[in-house]
Amino acid sequence: MVWRRVFRTLRDGPAAEPAAKLGEAAVRALAEQLDAAAQTRLGRSLSIRHVNSGSCNGCELEIHALHSIVYDLERFGLRFVASPRHADVLLVTGPLTRNLREALLHTWTATPDPKWVVAMGDCATDGGVFKGSYAIEAGAGGIAAAVPVDLKIPGCPPTPAQLLNGLRALLEANAR
Amino acid sequence: MSTATAIIRAGAAIPCRPWTRHVLARADWTAMTQALAGQPALALVALWADPSEAHALFLDEADGAVLVASTAIVEGGYPALSPHRPGAAWYERMIRDLWGHAALGGTDDRAWLDHGRWPHSHPLAARPGPMGPAPEPPEFLPVEGEDLHQIPLGPIYAGITEPGHFRLTCQGETVVRLEVRLGYAHKGTLALMRGKTPRTAARFAARLSGDSTVAHAIAFARATEAALGVDAPPRAATLRAVMAEIERIANHLGDVGAICNAAGFAFAPARFGWHREAMRRAAAAAFGHRLMMDAVVPGGVVADLAPGGPDAIAAALATLERELPELVRVYDNHASLIDRMVGTGILAADLAQRFAAGGYVGRASGRAFDARRLPGYPPYGSLEVAVPVLQGGDVDARLRIRLAEIAESIRLLRVLLDTLPAGTLTVSLPMGSGEGIGCAEGFRGDIWHWLRLDNGQIANAFLRDPSWAQWPLLEAAVEGSIVADVPLCEKSFNCSCSGVDL
Ligand code: SF4
Repeated sequence: MVWRRVFRTLRDGPAAEPAAKLGEAAVRALAEQLDAAAQTRLGRSLSIRHVNSGSCNGCELEIHALHSIVYDLERFGLRFVASPRHADVLLVTGPLTRNLREALLHTWTATPDPKWVVAMGDCATDGGVFKGSYAIEAGAGGIAAAVPVDLKIPGCPPTPAQLLNGLRALLEANAR
Repeated sequence: MSTATAIIRAGAAIPCRPWTRHVLARADWTAMTQALAGQPALALVALWADPSEAHALFLDEADGAVLVASTAIVEGGYPALSPHRPGAAWYERMIRDLWGHAALGGTDDRAWLDHGRWPHSHPLAARPGPMGPAPEPPEFLPVEGEDLHQIPLGPIYAGITEPGHFRLTCQGETVVRLEVRLGYAHKGTLALMRGKTPRTAARFAARLSGDSTVAHAIAFARATEAALGVDAPPRAATLRAVMAEIERIANHLGDVGAICNAAGFAFAPARFGWHREAMRRAAAAAFGHRLMMDAVVPGGVVADLAPGGPDAIAAALATLERELPELVRVYDNHASLIDRMVGTGILAADLAQRFAAGGYVGRASGRAFDARRLPGYPPYGSLEVAVPVLQGGDVDARLRIRLAEIAESIRLLRVLLDTLPAGTLTVSLPMGSGEGIGCAEGFRGDIWHWLRLDNGQIANAFLRDPSWAQWPLLEAAVEGSIVADVPLCEKSFNCSCSGVDL
């Protein structure tokens, strides 16, 4: 049965969908943020490490969806890695609970420079519905209270398509 | 000696719909806790508090009766339930951290949600205390034996997961004990809900555990409607069930893929992931949001099915139904895969019973409880939901329960869409006061919400995710496994961190 599916895929092509076009303005804005060193070092692929700063787990569902064969991330040069030490990008979800601040900082420190931090979802962007809670880091709101944020992808949760667009814009900006 | 049930029923009755709450004097509450030992069929479903009382919700497994008991907090405490119901221990630690009430005579008084990082302790108490002392490094239970070593995992793991800490104590390759430490995802949800209208507070209920957003929103809406003595219109009740069954199928598909992936079988997550994405897209086409977040509100649902919705759902179900038997055969025919699943992470039936485990965890270990059947709620009454039950209690059984539930949810969805009643989508909510309890069957198991409204605002609330019962059982099921099987066990339980971290 597995082989029948494999043959069908060879005959009909992969399940992955064609990629959408990227917004030029967003890519240009990101490219301007990047310094030259980062551009030469990161090249045309990005290794992503997901960090959960206390999400409701809705954002993770959409990262899993993005990870599926429908989106086929690796064709864009995007892949998830197991250690922050192998990562170029920290993809952070959740409103940054006080109980996770230290863990996020450790992860950020363990990620080699140059690195990007992407705030995924309304929570990571500005605290979302949890803004103002005693259990959430105060200040800038969201993960910016602890780490510098390069790209915000709002939404509750953002769709895999929105997430993919954000990550591809990062990749494009990176290659300029 | 009276039974615990009789003692509870003799307590002063406080209006709470649909189940009366009984307030017990200290001596009666103590007698009730002692009587629990002789009444094993009375399952503890939830234990929580408010600034002045502790509350316990029981389910009589023999006749399906729901009982709610409360007792006043006297001198900062209440007699513990944990000596007689081990599942109470985590709740008692949570109550201590959030409200400051001590469980007198409890089995475990270590800190739980409070990691010493909040600006004040006991944030839900009438008068929150000063910041607690930092309990880092956390205290783990002592383990005795020779040649033991520990493996600490998390709260940040490899993989796209929730934040929890797993402390594995091992002897060589064998896990002697797993202890889970949670609280990392504590967002202060219960405090944020206070003083809000049910409509606003529903957004927090919908974000307690994002994968069960529909089921939690239904439980919350039903608790509100019960407190105010109104019923959601029949069309809204049916649309809620449509959303809940889509959510169940999508999550089960994701779980089956993830369990097989933990055994290194990449074909399954690819195919199951493909179908899950199709279900999510059908949800977006029908209800305007892939997870259907905030689509269920107190009083009804926010919007009707979009015009293309029923066709989108039917198409996703048809493709899934066509391939599902083939996928099950693939699973059955891979001896190397089955070998990892069968006999791994066995949860004994008596433990599942003692902790009142719901969902696939309970049903794979012989406990058939399903809130859609009992206590039941519209529109499931006439649908005769088939609930699969297995006795094996292993990873394989938990996976097969999910497969059977996917098939049943496909059937239910077709009936629901075919018999969608006409009519309005919401009923207006009066600006009243009152207490209510709502329950709903999520993909993980039975969800229970309690709330007290004061002039149209939430005075107190508690949201009970099924993971409260399942986390301690995961700890038990992992014991004696090899380290390499821990991820398999963990995926087969798929407990929620956010759901219990509150
Ligand atoms: S942004 Fe929304 S989906 Fe994502 S973690 Fe926050 S509440 Fe959950």
